[in-house]
Amino acid sequence: MILRFLAACWLLFASWPAMPAEPAALLVPLPALAERVTDLTGTLAPDRKAALEAATAAIERAKGAQVAVLLLPTTQPESIEQFGIRLAESWRIGRRKVDDGVIIIVAKDDRKMRIEVGYGLEGAIPDAVAKRVVAEVMAPRFKQGDFAGGLDDAVAALGKIIGGEQLPAPAAPATTDVNLDGAPWLLAVMFFSGVLRAALGVVGAMLAAGIAGALAWWIFGSWVAVAIAAVFAFVFSFVRGGGGGLGSGGFSGGGGFSSSSSGGGFSGGGGSFGGGGASGSW
Amino acid sequence: MRIRLFAVLVLVVGLLSGCGYNQIQVNDESVNAAWSEVLNQYKRRADLIPNLVNVVQGYAAHEKEVLTKVTEARASVAGIKATPELVNDEAAFAKFQKAQSELSGALARLLVVAENYPNLKADQNFRDLQAQLEGTENRITVARNRYIAAVKDYNVSVRTFPNNLTAMVMGWKPKANFTVEDEKAISTPPVVKFDTPAPAAK
Repeated sequence: MILRFLAACWLLFASWPAMPAEPAALLVPLPALAERVTDLTGTLAPDRKAALEAATAAIERAKGAQVAVLLLPTTQPESIEQFGIRLAESWRIGRRKVDDGVIIIVAKDDRKMRIEVGYGLEGAIPDAVAKRVVAEVMAPRFKQGDFAGGLDDAVAALGKIIGGEQLPAPAAPATTDVNLDGAPWLLAVMFFSGVLRAALGVVGAMLAAGIAGALAWWIFGSWVAVAIAAVFAFVFSFVRGGGGGLGSGGFSGGGGFSSSSSGGGFSGGGGSFGGGGASGSW
Repeated sequence: MRIRLFAVLVLVVGLLSGCGYNQIQVNDESVNAAWSEVLNQYKRRADLIPNLVNVVQGYAAHEKEVLTKVTEARASVAGIKATPELVNDEAAFAKFQKAQSELSGALARLLVVAENYPNLKADQNFRDLQAQLEGTENRITVARNRYIAAVKDYNVSVRTFPNNLTAMVMGWKPKANFTVEDEKAISTPPVVKFDTPAPAAK
């Protein structure tokens, strides 16, 4: 009897969603992050938007810090600060652990703007400095209806401030340092080295080692990597051949930086925000 | 013998994690971290006040009442020992919260008074301090919201079956949270009233 009751209980409650959903429907939905400059209001002309994107991309190339811009009609019923932190927690602009992200939010119909500053830049861009950018750089241009100009100047000002800050060096562009295109091939060679050895014996194992070495040269461009890859492939071929089911260790690619060279697809690096920055209106 | 001991250990560990011991520990730590951030931001605000009072005094020395209020409120905030253990003591937590909200009120009045002094408002030092204060208030809001969320997770983990058994045995109680009234106050933007009606919207 008790068992049956418990079972019924379990069936009833186990299928329940953990928590009733919050009334998120009433809030402005968070736009997906796909570009450095997201314009939901159609304010920026395509060439001005491209220029702005280029300016923010240049900051990331130079210092590694990510700057994103969002123009939207309104943040009501939330204040721009509440919306800003919600957006920041979702976009996670800036590098993980470095937290060097900045988001410029413009709520056009509310006539409000905000600069949301990540933890790592709170030293370089204290609230007072953010406020000055808002009030002295952006607001005058916005008053004249020159949104592109105000944003250009704001990004330039922020770039200058970030430029003076000691930050960890940006991740080198993919083409010069690590060429991750080859990584799947290397894994494949590792995986099939056992097959080669089974078919050709030790010659097959050495062949696998050779291919792995060549791929490692392509990817990392260093002899150390070549040696390690070759030895790994050689040893791996025996492990696989011996029937030992070795789970291939998952290599995860980097810390989720958006590669600045490729134009499309921008994503946050995992930076955290704590509500720093300043708001203003025009 | 060895094997039996090992088996018992495994069983105990399994039971403990099954009854949410580890989960409660994890949640407890995140509550502590969130609370430290709240304290940190309140401290930051308290540190800003002497400078702010000084600047305002330079332009509006005769606004004695407001200035003393702020100074007193700050002193009473400083008088409360803001330790991490505060979250486990409902009464002390309420006292802390009251003192902080009094300081918020006093500061708000100070800023309203400052509106009447154009020279003060134009002072770059004052503007910077005001921006810092605004930013800090926002950080406090964020830190409090994160604390509220962390406590919610913790309290859920302490109260739900079968974790509540573990919590009962270990004597862990739900932690104090910011009260609903307060939550409402921080989630609704302040109403701004102008003496003269604003020009018609374009």
